[in-house]
Amino acid sequence: MSILVDKNTRLLVQGITGNEGLFHTTQMVAYGTNVVGGVTPGKGGEWVLDGKVPVFDSVKTAKEATDANATVIFVPARFAPDAMFEAADAGIPLIVCITEGVAVQDMMRVRSYLDQKKTRLVGPNCPGLLTPGEAKVGIIPGNIAIPGNVGVVSRSGTLTYEVLYAMKNLGMGASTCVGIGGDPVNGTNFLDVLEMFEHDPKTEKVIMIGEIGGNEEEKAAEYIRAKMTKPVASFIAGQTAPPGKRMGHAGAIIEAGSGAAADKIKALEAAGVKVAKHPEEIPTLLQ
Amino acid sequence: MKLHEYQSKAIFSKYGIPIPNGRVAATAQEAKQIAEELGSRVVVKAQVLVGGRGKAGGVKLAKDPAEAAQLAAQILGMEIKGLPVRKVLVDEASAIDQEIYFSITNDRAARKPVMIASAAGGIDIEEVAANHPDKIIKSHIDPLLGLREYQARDVAVAMDLPRENVKDFVKIAMGLWEVYKATDATLAEINPLVITKEKKMIALDGKMLIDDSALFRQPELADMRDTDEEAPAETEARKFGLSFIKLDGNIGCMVNGAGLAMTSMDVIKLFGGEPANFLDIGGGASSEKVAAAMRIILTDPNVKAVLFNIFGGITRCDEVAKGILAAMEEVKPKVPMVVRLVGTNAEEGRKLLENANMITAETLADAAKKAVAATQKGN
Repeated sequence: MSILVDKNTRLLVQGITGNEGLFHTTQMVAYGTNVVGGVTPGKGGEWVLDGKVPVFDSVKTAKEATDANATVIFVPARFAPDAMFEAADAGIPLIVCITEGVAVQDMMRVRSYLDQKKTRLVGPNCPGLLTPGEAKVGIIPGNIAIPGNVGVVSRSGTLTYEVLYAMKNLGMGASTCVGIGGDPVNGTNFLDVLEMFEHDPKTEKVIMIGEIGGNEEEKAAEYIRAKMTKPVASFIAGQTAPPGKRMGHAGAIIEAGSGAAADKIKALEAAGVKVAKHPEEIPTLLQ
Repeated sequence: MKLHEYQSKAIFSKYGIPIPNGRVAATAQEAKQIAEELGSRVVVKAQVLVGGRGKAGGVKLAKDPAEAAQLAAQILGMEIKGLPVRKVLVDEASAIDQEIYFSITNDRAARKPVMIASAAGGIDIEEVAANHPDKIIKSHIDPLLGLREYQARDVAVAMDLPRENVKDFVKIAMGLWEVYKATDATLAEINPLVITKEKKMIALDGKMLIDDSALFRQPELADMRDTDEEAPAETEARKFGLSFIKLDGNIGCMVNGAGLAMTSMDVIKLFGGEPANFLDIGGGASSEKVAAAMRIILTDPNVKAVLFNIFGGITRCDEVAKGILAAMEEVKPKVPMVVRLVGTNAEEGRKLLENANMITAETLADAAKKAVAATQKGN
């Protein structure tokens, strides 16, 4: 067991013939992920990876031919909203969108549409998902994590890798690592993932890596306080970030006095979460 | 990206929202000429991308063209919150009966646009929200359906607007929704929206924020960016696709990934230092990018040491190390450099940097401590 992705995942790659798409498809297949097909409009009928993975013109035809149950999106930002609508319309239950730089108004429309469907979106602007030893959907380097019982959820990319790597060095493994992404409007939030970890028998402890901007960490703290039985350790990035400035991630901004790191840390500590002072310290809080 | 008042109001006008007659001026002479053309009392308003212009003395009423020229000269010489005033807007003055706050913005938590209105307009809306939340009316907009007229009518009624102005308000609300949508705004704000003594509604002031991620389809707006109003290093960084924010400390930072870049700043602070900047070099980290980043960091005379923190995932550390070496060759930095490479091919990367006279570190905490120590040695 694990959450969202495992060895039963039958994955499509949207944008499979692009540079990024092809590179990461190679990496995902090498890790053992079952990539059943790819989508690039106009390139249907071609094959990639030495004839191992078929390319389709649309998500609908790809799903009919492969019975895919998840898709990962690598298309440029201007085409990503359409790719998400298309995947949802084709009835794919899990969409993971890696693309960075999707316009916020587009994301509000996508999210509103997806809320009417039975589709879960992870991302955009995220590194994707990794269930060590089973499947990697996205760009998290496979070699930095080992299988285990710690669920990891994060808004960041390389900061997450840093934590997975520190865990590995301590012999601590992950059940699933979920990158929810750094955009202000996204598909899956901390709360959703914490609920999944709470109900996943394989996950015994949780690491949550947040950052400035928004109030999803505060909502998560409330859930942890009221419902969660498993221990949670956390880290919040951006304690030195000035207000009103976007710190790289579109969603990492302190606005009108809300979204500051100190408020998030306070809320988490009040919910019994151990908050680390620096990322290398996080795994030690769960030992 | 922020737009100036005069730019925002020009856009409002295109979508049928009434604005005062007026134009922007860069000299006192131009301001005088505009006042003469308008032939009425005018308001001279500093065009800077910060709030609180009025309180700072950047908004003044002139009774005739001569006074307009004199006030324009005075305001054009001012600095408001550190920003020099380069332009003034000269607008026809209005006789005001009532001031309203009205905006459409993104409600991040609700993941929807929201219309915000208050009959207590004209002043700081955050103050109203904090002290009189009952005076703020909020109405969410379905992103797929768009703003409907009945919602605007409901808001007008909730504000207790004079009956004769409800139709005007609905027209302005629908116009502002079109502005918000067409420009990919994250905020389209009219404060104040006034009812004049003649019972007309006019957008007296305007403020707009545009979603940076949408600028690819907003070329006209992208051209409106006022680079005079940001740190030159930030403008330079944008050219190279680097995400850079200048801060006040003395330890320059170069990191791959936004979350890790913020964290590196935090850890510097944790060990007693002050970061000089936020910088995310992104994936790949070619030598051109690393060199550009290094140049940008070193243009800041406060920088006494530079910390590189690179987590090699897909990006290989040996490639980044080669980039650093090429950049060092080009930029020839004179301050100590602390490098931490972890992850894919970190060992090979470290070997490449061994002879480059750099301080190496294993952990982030160790790297931060060494960078802090390096700045103290220099003093």
